[in-house]
Amino acid sequence: MARTTPEIPNASMADIAFLLLTFFLVTTTMPNNSGLSIALPPPPEAKPPEDVKIQERNMFKIQVNSSDALLIEGEPREDISNLREEIKAFVLNNGRNPESSDNPEKAVVSFKTDRGTSHKRFIELLDVIQGAYYDIYAEQAGVTNAKFREAASDLAVPANKEIYDKGRAGIPLNISIADPSKVGN
Amino acid sequence: MSKFKKKTQVKQEIPTSSMPDVVFMLLFFFMVTTELRETSIEVKQGIPRATQLRKLMRKSLVANLYIGEPTKPALYGKEPKIQADDVFIEPKDIVRWVNEKKSELPENEREQLTVSLKVDRDAKRGLISDVEIELRKANARKLLYSTLQQKDDEEGR
Repeated sequence: MARTTPEIPNASMADIAFLLLTFFLVTTTMPNNSGLSIALPPPPEAKPPEDVKIQERNMFKIQVNSSDALLIEGEPREDISNLREEIKAFVLNNGRNPESSDNPEKAVVSFKTDRGTSHKRFIELLDVIQGAYYDIYAEQAGVTNAKFREAASDLAVPANKEIYDKGRAGIPLNISIADPSKVGN
Repeated sequence: MSKFKKKTQVKQEIPTSSMPDVVFMLLFFFMVTTELRETSIEVKQGIPRATQLRKLMRKSLVANLYIGEPTKPALYGKEPKIQADDVFIEPKDIVRWVNEKKSELPENEREQLTVSLKVDRDAKRGLISDVEIELRKANARKLLYSTLQQKDDEEGR
C-alpha cells in the first residue's frame, strides 16, 4: 500500500517571502516619536498682564538673531561647547556668586529668537539648555542623564515617577522661550 | 604548489535551505517594527539632530504637524508650509484641527494630546512661533519638536 503523500512545492517560498519583504521595506517608515519635549505657556489672553519682575541676576539670557548669530548675556559668542556647563553653574549658583542666580527656583533661562532664526539653530540651543537641566536632575536623582530622560518619558511606571520626582524636587524647568522679535524673516 | 591544487578541487557550496527562514525572520521584523505611512508628506523633512531626546510612549495621543518647504515648488511655491494629515493648512486653522484631533480621543485623554512638530531644519522660527501661539489658543500645550538622535561623546552622561 504505497500511498503517495501530496506535497506542496516549497522551492518558491523564498521568492514569495522576498517579495513580501520588499513590499514592507518600500511601503513603511520607521516611527520616530522622539524629540525635544516642551510645555507651552497658557493661552495669551488668559494670562494676566506681565508684571512679574525678574531680577537681572536671575536671568540667563540667550538671544539668536536672524542670521543665527548668538548673544549670551549680552556678549556675542561663537563657540557653544561650554554653554551647558555655564547654564548648570548659573542654575546651581544658590547665591554664591552675586552676579548669578539666587536659587534654582528663581533662576530662569531666557531664550529669545528672531522670526528669521532657522529651526536647526533653535533645536541646537534648546538641546544645550535642556541638556543642562537634565544633567542637574539626573545628578540629583542619582542616575545617568539618559536614564533620567527615559524615566521622564514614561511616568506611568511608579519607579520612573520616583526618579523623576526626586530629580525635579526644588528645581523647576524654567526655560522661557520668548515670542520671536519681528525683525528679519 | 601541489598543496594548493588539492584544495581547489573541493567543491564549496553555501547551504540555501535555511534562506527562507532567514528571510521570514527579516520580514517579521519589518512587519512588527514599522508602520504604514498614512499620509504622503508634501513638505521637505530634513529633521534636525539633538542629544536630549525624550520618547512619546503612546502613539495614539500624538498628532503630527509637518512644516517645511513644499517638495513640489511648481505647484505650491517655495514658502514653508504647514501640513496636517493630507492638506496644507494656515496657522489660523490650527485651533480647529486640534479640536478635531481631540474629539477623536476618549474624553478622559483629551488633555494629554501631544503635538509633534516635524520641522525641516531650514524652516524659520517665525512660522513655527505662529503655530505655537495657535496651539496655546487651542489649549494643546504639550509639544514635541521631533528630532533624530545625535551621536556624540556626551550622550552617555
